[in-house]
Amino acid sequence: MIINHPILGPRDSQEFVYLGDAALIDRPDGLAEGALDTFHDYLYLRDNPAGLHRELWYHEQGDRSWLVVTRNTLTHEITQVELARDVARARGRSK
Amino acid sequence: MTQSNRIPGGQIDRSRSLSFTFDGVTYQGHPGDTLASALLANGQRLMGRSFKYHRPRGPISAGSEEPNALVELRGGARREPNTRATVVELFDGLSAESQNRWPSLKFDAMAVNDRLSNFFTAGFYYKTFMWPKAFWEKLYEPIIRRAAGLGSLSREEDPDQYDKGFLHCDLLIIGAGPAGLMAALTAGRAGARVILADEDFRMGGRLNAETHEVGGLTGADWAAQAVAELRSMANVRMMPRTTIIGAMDHGIYAAVERVSDHLPVPLPGKPRQILWRIYSHRAILAGGATERPIAFENNDRPGILLAGSLRAYANRWGVAVGRRVAVFTNNDDGLRTASDLKAKGMEVRVIDARKGEEVVDTAGRLGLSSVTIRSGGRTETFACEALAVSGGWNPNVNIASHHRGRPVWNDTIAAFVPGQGDIPGLEAAGAAAGRFSTRAALETGAAAAEGALADLGRSAPARDLPTAEDGPYAITPKWYVGGGKGRAWIDQQNDVTLKDVKLAHQENYTSVEHLKRYTTLGMATDQGKTGNVLGLAVMASLTGKSIPQTGTTVYRPPYTPVAMGTLAGRSRGQEFKPKRLTPSHKWASEQGAVFVEVGQWLRTQWLPRAGETQWRESVDREVLATRKSVGICDVTTLGKIDIQGTDAGAFLDKVYANTFSTLAVGKCRYGLMLREDGIVYDDGTTARLGQNEYVMTTTTANAVLVFRNLEYARQCLYPDMDVQLISTTEAWAQFSVAGPNARKLLQKLVDQDISDAELPYMGCREITVCGGLRARIFRISFSGELAYEIAVPTRYGDALIRELVEQGREFDAVVYGTEALGVMRVEKGHVAGNELNGQSTALNMGLGKMVSKKKDSIGMVLSQREGMNDPNGYRLVGVKPVDPAQKLTAGSHFLEKGAAPVIANDLGWLTSVVHSPHLGCSIALGYLKKGDERRGQRLRSANLLAGAEVEVEIVSPHFFDPEGERLRG
Repeated sequence: MIINHPILGPRDSQEFVYLGDAALIDRPDGLAEGALDTFHDYLYLRDNPAGLHRELWYHEQGDRSWLVVTRNTLTHEITQVELARDVARARGRSK
Repeated sequence: MTQSNRIPGGQIDRSRSLSFTFDGVTYQGHPGDTLASALLANGQRLMGRSFKYHRPRGPISAGSEEPNALVELRGGARREPNTRATVVELFDGLSAESQNRWPSLKFDAMAVNDRLSNFFTAGFYYKTFMWPKAFWEKLYEPIIRRAAGLGSLSREEDPDQYDKGFLHCDLLIIGAGPAGLMAALTAGRAGARVILADEDFRMGGRLNAETHEVGGLTGADWAAQAVAELRSMANVRMMPRTTIIGAMDHGIYAAVERVSDHLPVPLPGKPRQILWRIYSHRAILAGGATERPIAFENNDRPGILLAGSLRAYANRWGVAVGRRVAVFTNNDDGLRTASDLKAKGMEVRVIDARKGEEVVDTAGRLGLSSVTIRSGGRTETFACEALAVSGGWNPNVNIASHHRGRPVWNDTIAAFVPGQGDIPGLEAAGAAAGRFSTRAALETGAAAAEGALADLGRSAPARDLPTAEDGPYAITPKWYVGGGKGRAWIDQQNDVTLKDVKLAHQENYTSVEHLKRYTTLGMATDQGKTGNVLGLAVMASLTGKSIPQTGTTVYRPPYTPVAMGTLAGRSRGQEFKPKRLTPSHKWASEQGAVFVEVGQWLRTQWLPRAGETQWRESVDREVLATRKSVGICDVTTLGKIDIQGTDAGAFLDKVYANTFSTLAVGKCRYGLMLREDGIVYDDGTTARLGQNEYVMTTTTANAVLVFRNLEYARQCLYPDMDVQLISTTEAWAQFSVAGPNARKLLQKLVDQDISDAELPYMGCREITVCGGLRARIFRISFSGELAYEIAVPTRYGDALIRELVEQGREFDAVVYGTEALGVMRVEKGHVAGNELNGQSTALNMGLGKMVSKKKDSIGMVLSQREGMNDPNGYRLVGVKPVDPAQKLTAGSHFLEKGAAPVIANDLGWLTSVVHSPHLGCSIALGYLKKGDERRGQRLRSANLLAGAEVEVEIVSPHFFDPEGERLRG
């Protein structure tokens, strides 16, 4: 597969390490009330769609960017590639 | 031997003769020959024995689809089994052997199987060798494997090199027949970067095998002219002898280039084959079509060939398989074989299935001698040496179907064609698209290239097609000749007959995937290139379904067989994975050190001295000398990560379970890292070198993973933190210097004062050594001794180990390896890999209090889960044998005295066992249920596998200096 890196352009997927569902970005607050339950759901309950999937890829043999890649798991078509940092910020993460 | 069957014409170089042997007999051929064409030219139709029935077989094709003519090529370590004689390019000195026969090809004792064929129908093995079950592996299977089968391996190391390479292009064209050449000319003339790959050594495809003209030239000459023009273009890469074996994602294709297979041995420095990864923007499949047989009785004798192949042997190679030829066809293309052979002076008789004529039987033990036909209710037998069969042509849809797309049935040509858009960016042209005339091939080739150019934003040159034949291809499907009692072959490689397909149908294996597995139709080296469509057509007629309803099996890469060595490339032996050497490696090698693989690293395991015959002597000496005076160990392999930024401390508080933001500048702290699920992930010492600068160490095994996770936390979880990371594992050579004399030794090298007052326990400093070389010193201890780790830029590592050893002479300093390191850490009760096993919590390790609940760190929340905080759960303990003479065994399980060794009574296990020279006995660490409450208890440690059982005493894991007085000294 070829991943169109937002900074470096098209790169072979061999340069990357795959992690999984980009929902991992939405890590709950560990000090909040009921954290044990929210963390359980966060860590163990994830979708495994046959179709479009937003997933985390790490450019380990490259610039070390974590990317959010939107990929169709049936066809391997990649429709969007974003820097995970931008996605995290857009989802309200900061420090 | 003479080339008795050689006739004039063809694209062979008759000015040179090549000598080769087959089954020890020497023959002559010419450059341009394949092994099969040369053998046929010498009148040798018999080339092999079939898989199951050991039937005499010759080639049925002239290409990579060949099911029968499999030979062992070359000898010694280069022996290659199951090589298709039809694609082996002849070279001088080639030697080949037939396979699957004993004692000889002409007389094969196992041919008795053929007489017993009634017993060997589909499913025979499954039904017959069912019972008793244990006999399958030990008795039945080895016998069956010896009796049936293909070639054998050399069992020697492959002496050749294989390479991998990467290519990029605008347009990849698969196949260099008329469609591929025309596409390449169109795209090449437009300036696009083109790769033209063809599995044959001579480009041109069917143009080399036909007699009709293209652009006023012979087809072969027109092809040669096109190839010459393409070769002159800098933007076109011509790749003959290159098979595209698979269509991957996003325009990536895998290709095998046979660089040296046409030579006796590869030229010096050249690989035998290259596995290419081709990146293309667009691709054209111009891979042609494969002819299919018709099933009739005894249709597998040497001399019975596919019609197009028989014609190719005559036209391209100047070979007459026989002088008297019968042609059995259901389409117009078969008639072309008849007319071409007639023009070459052969006696030809046509049996046209469309006129109700059919071949009902053949004769000839080791080769065809006569054919029996039926026409208008009348049967007739006549003598002939060759029978050309054409059941029609199947477009080579394989590559276009590699993404699980199913090909589409086309009634006009009675064959499957590639589905539209099954592979984005790939278009089929010519015969591969079901367009069989030369004119149509040229036209669709040009059109496909024009389409690709438009997609690429390039303008195509004006279309300039040469004149070419545009004859009809009228076909009336004819799959098999019914009515007979004998066997009619569908898949010759796997000896699958009409009867087997009928049996599969009777037993309800009617789906094509079941049909394949039950009968083995379409398996092995040819993957059913000639037999598959015929087999499923027969199944369709039995079930009363249409062929498209019956469907095809899934097409998967590789298109043709690939040598394992090609897939491995250079990744074998010492080069299987990268090897990382420590800065002290050269010095240690000079000392005769024993090395151990730790991930990719080679680390010193111990350093034997003269007279030491057993590893324990060396390790005990290293431990005792370190504890008595001073020892040096290369710890460069531990991961080192520089962490800088105004939020560096806050960042570490997130990734470590304990707190680092409060660490004073110039101090180190042991850090515990959890996974998000609360299990311990990694540990190490992290030092604060400045207000905004830390240096983290990780375990050797997790150096890469921890770095990856830190980047994950930094970018995905805390994107606004001001923190930067860089791995410095390879930037610093780091040595542990441990023992009562460690400070005295180091002070000789360090330019600054490192007294206890200046550099107390857990202190760190940036210093200089040896008169100005920048270095770092950390007063940390894994061994429990007064100890330091000293780091210098890696290029000074070799000098530093030599200097440490030199300066250490007055203290009798030793250099110790990973074994002594392990002994000392167990004596001190430090956890390492065996305890950080991916199942253990901080609480299990006795480090539960390190997990701060005041801050949100990775793993903090889930480490509080009830199940992980079971008061009856595992705790880290120290273990000693009650009788010091007894040895402990790692992996042994704890049991109460008198308890049966069953899982219900299991109390835990020993994780790490060493011999402690300090205590003079075997000691261990282990996880024991309620271990913290069991100090002083006596239990049994049982290892059922080793048959060992030892009475043990549970003690503190800190066997040595439990108060830590030595390391603070």
